[in-house]
Amino acid sequence: MYDVYKIRQDFPILQKLIEGKPNVYLDSAASAQKPKAVINKMNNVLKNSYANVHRGTYALSDNITDEYEKARIIVQKFLNARSAQEIVFTRNATEAINLVAYSWAMENLHPGDEILISEAEHHANLIPWQIVCQKKGCALRVFKIGDDGAYLPHEFTKSLSEKVKLVAVTAMSNVLGTIFPIKDIAAKAHKIGAKVLIDACQAAVHQKIDVQDIDCDFLAFSGHKTYGPTGIGVLYGKLELLKSMPPYQTGGDMVDKVTYQYTTYAEPPSRFEAGTPAIVEAIGLGTALRYMQKLGLENIALHEQELVKYMYEKCQEIKDFKHIGSLPNKGGVFSFQVGNIHPQDLAYVLGKEGVAIRIGHHCAEPLVERMGYNSVARASFGLYTTKEDIDAFVAAVAKAQKFFR
Amino acid sequence: MEDIEIISDNLSMLDDWEDKYQYLIELGEKLPPLEDKYKTDEWKVSGCQSQVWLVPENHDGKLSFRGDSDAIMVKGIIAVIMAIYQNKSAQEIKKIAVEKIFAKLGLQEHLSLSRRNGMMSMVDKIRHYAEEFVK
Repeated sequence: MYDVYKIRQDFPILQKLIEGKPNVYLDSAASAQKPKAVINKMNNVLKNSYANVHRGTYALSDNITDEYEKARIIVQKFLNARSAQEIVFTRNATEAINLVAYSWAMENLHPGDEILISEAEHHANLIPWQIVCQKKGCALRVFKIGDDGAYLPHEFTKSLSEKVKLVAVTAMSNVLGTIFPIKDIAAKAHKIGAKVLIDACQAAVHQKIDVQDIDCDFLAFSGHKTYGPTGIGVLYGKLELLKSMPPYQTGGDMVDKVTYQYTTYAEPPSRFEAGTPAIVEAIGLGTALRYMQKLGLENIALHEQELVKYMYEKCQEIKDFKHIGSLPNKGGVFSFQVGNIHPQDLAYVLGKEGVAIRIGHHCAEPLVERMGYNSVARASFGLYTTKEDIDAFVAAVAKAQKFFR
Repeated sequence: MEDIEIISDNLSMLDDWEDKYQYLIELGEKLPPLEDKYKTDEWKVSGCQSQVWLVPENHDGKLSFRGDSDAIMVKGIIAVIMAIYQNKSAQEIKKIAVEKIFAKLGLQEHLSLSRRNGMMSMVDKIRHYAEEFVK
């Protein structure tokens, strides 16, 4: 384990006062704060070593290309991919999933085929498939989860027919915290010949991801949730699949040979990185993943499990506190409702107390409705979250209760 | 309905946010309730994190509005907005600098574009009704 109070010093923003109060940041599932290592690295690149990548015949460009490609190797190792060619840099996870929707699903699905997702998907892993289904005459199947947010194996297998060509599921729900057994899901999906895409946005922050062990075909995550910058995300794809796919966008830096009439495309991952990429952000992401690895993914997971346990205990002190997603072994994401207090009202008071939570449908509107709400409040943890943060949260909720009695 | 001048005086006497919020909640409680028949998509203001409904009323060329929300604080802010736009002609509505009034009331954060409650959507809708009314 690491000393959480010590590593908090790595995050300048956590030292700041918010509304004159300590910054109790419980919105890491939306976007995580950045350690100095990332901020300094990006600053340093901009100040001392910036140029475009893959172009130059001069030292600066050579060096930064090196750094950019090193970041790719860091991601490869982070996911335990077989090759760095399997790592495509995107703008975010949303773009990564859209890339698969357009370059793989649109090319390979036919009328009557099915795409299977869970009830717990983020819009980013729902809407692209709706569009594919509309355009290709496919059906979107949604397998049910339990009222407590549990993955129900029989519901999944029930929905998994021979017609299913793609299973796209989250590894961890951003609303319920439920951790899905993605390895098992992938094995069952492969048995009937379906491809598997994993949305690892939440999971990548909370547990070690090993794409070879999971044996997924695609996996997406975003940089800004893994303590890296915004504007950078990752698509992992099995190399033979990526090689079979046409580009998603076209332009510079992704070609082999271009004439006025015809173009042959570069091999992956360049094929999918048209135009100048988010160079500094990719390098920043590399630094962020290194930072997590230095702390140890297992340690981060252990720290979080302790927080989850503590949160469950402390929430018992709050009258009429209802968990939305109540599995004991979930990730550090707590959606909740307190009595009849509207989440918006709750957020007003918590905000003034320096406690940052998120309210709304969390880009998972069908799921929030399925759980019986049109808006819910959510507190989520990061590797820097402390028990004191949870105490402050509980105190702020108690204050809100007095307000809206 | 409270007069906006009275609201302004009362708010200026309150120092901390807790008292201000408490006062807003009271204003919201005093807001005449909106009948359920108006709580439909037709009267809903989109872009708000809570459910907000807004119904325009025309009294001899002067516009007034009735509004409601399922969130208590939001209802309080609606009460302030209603007070500002109470019994005004479309021309007058056009001229009202609501952001400035909210700033003077110390409530500017509730109208900022970035704020999650999206109360500015409500003001936009009022302005939209006023424009429609002129046509």
